[in-house]
Amino acid sequence: MSSISAGLDTLNGAHGHVDAHDHEHHDTGGNTVFGFWLYLMTDCLLFASFFATYAVLFMNTAGGVSGKDIFELDFVAVETAALLLSSITFGFAMISAHGQKKAATLTWLLVTFAFGAVFIGMEVYEFHHLIAHGNGPQQSAFLTSFFSLVGLHGLHVTAGLIWMTVLMIEVVRRGLNPQTVTRLSCLSLFWHFLDVVWICVFTVVYLMGAM
Amino acid sequence: MSHSESHVMNNLEVHAHNEQSHGSVKDYLIGFVLSVVLTAIPFWAVMSGSFSKTTTAWCIVSMAIVQIWVHLKYFLHLNFKTEDGKASSLSFIFSALIIVMVVGLSVWIIYESNAMMMY
Repeated sequence: MSSISAGLDTLNGAHGHVDAHDHEHHDTGGNTVFGFWLYLMTDCLLFASFFATYAVLFMNTAGGVSGKDIFELDFVAVETAALLLSSITFGFAMISAHGQKKAATLTWLLVTFAFGAVFIGMEVYEFHHLIAHGNGPQQSAFLTSFFSLVGLHGLHVTAGLIWMTVLMIEVVRRGLNPQTVTRLSCLSLFWHFLDVVWICVFTVVYLMGAM
Repeated sequence: MSHSESHVMNNLEVHAHNEQSHGSVKDYLIGFVLSVVLTAIPFWAVMSGSFSKTTTAWCIVSMAIVQIWVHLKYFLHLNFKTEDGKASSLSFIFSALIIVMVVGLSVWIIYESNAMMMY
């Protein structure tokens, strides 16, 4: 609560006080963002253990389909493009946010959300398609580890989309005060981090599986 | 130094710091173009199937590693220039070390034990 009122002070305060408040906020914001970065590093370990599981189990197809039979690379290429485009549009949203351009920030966030939604929509379609053809996660160790790994990434992206919706509402209602910008910075790290994880997913799972 | 002068200096420092930790449009565009190239090459290598399996595998793994570096530098703004950048970069390097150990050693152990069971 005190930090919110301090934030309002910064916006309304006398000119001489602006610097001091600015500095104070910059530091606490920096700590928050660094703390969030440390969380992302632990999230890396979670993904790493799922990758290790996949690497160990991917040959155990129990006589069922293997990666070569079910992966469609042109489909994955479009998914990758959607996620990469959403990464750069989020970058533009952050540049607008730091420049205190509210309308531009919201527009870029909406574009990012749209690309993210396309990605998730395609992934849900792919999973539905596999399950409908009898290749659900219960069929073999390969499919279990595939659904777990790709599904874990998908859940992260879904969480990112929900978080983005909340922050868009916050930007509309409160504007781009230092606290909101700090929260946007955390989400931006989260979003770019998920794109980095996706590079590993499409390389290890899809490209190596279809080779 | 007069008050207004120090104010300007302060602003400049804040601005320089922002550039460092948030990136510019140019940074994002460089990162984006490099990422597109580094994604297109491995997809093309696998889809065309014109190389041997070993060559393709090395190609896609090295492209992935380079692209991760591009993302870390241009999108996540990791650097060794600012204090924040150093702390973030070092914590990333530490995590990467742990990941190489967790994934690499797991895969090594399980594949070796697989080989022992089969032959």
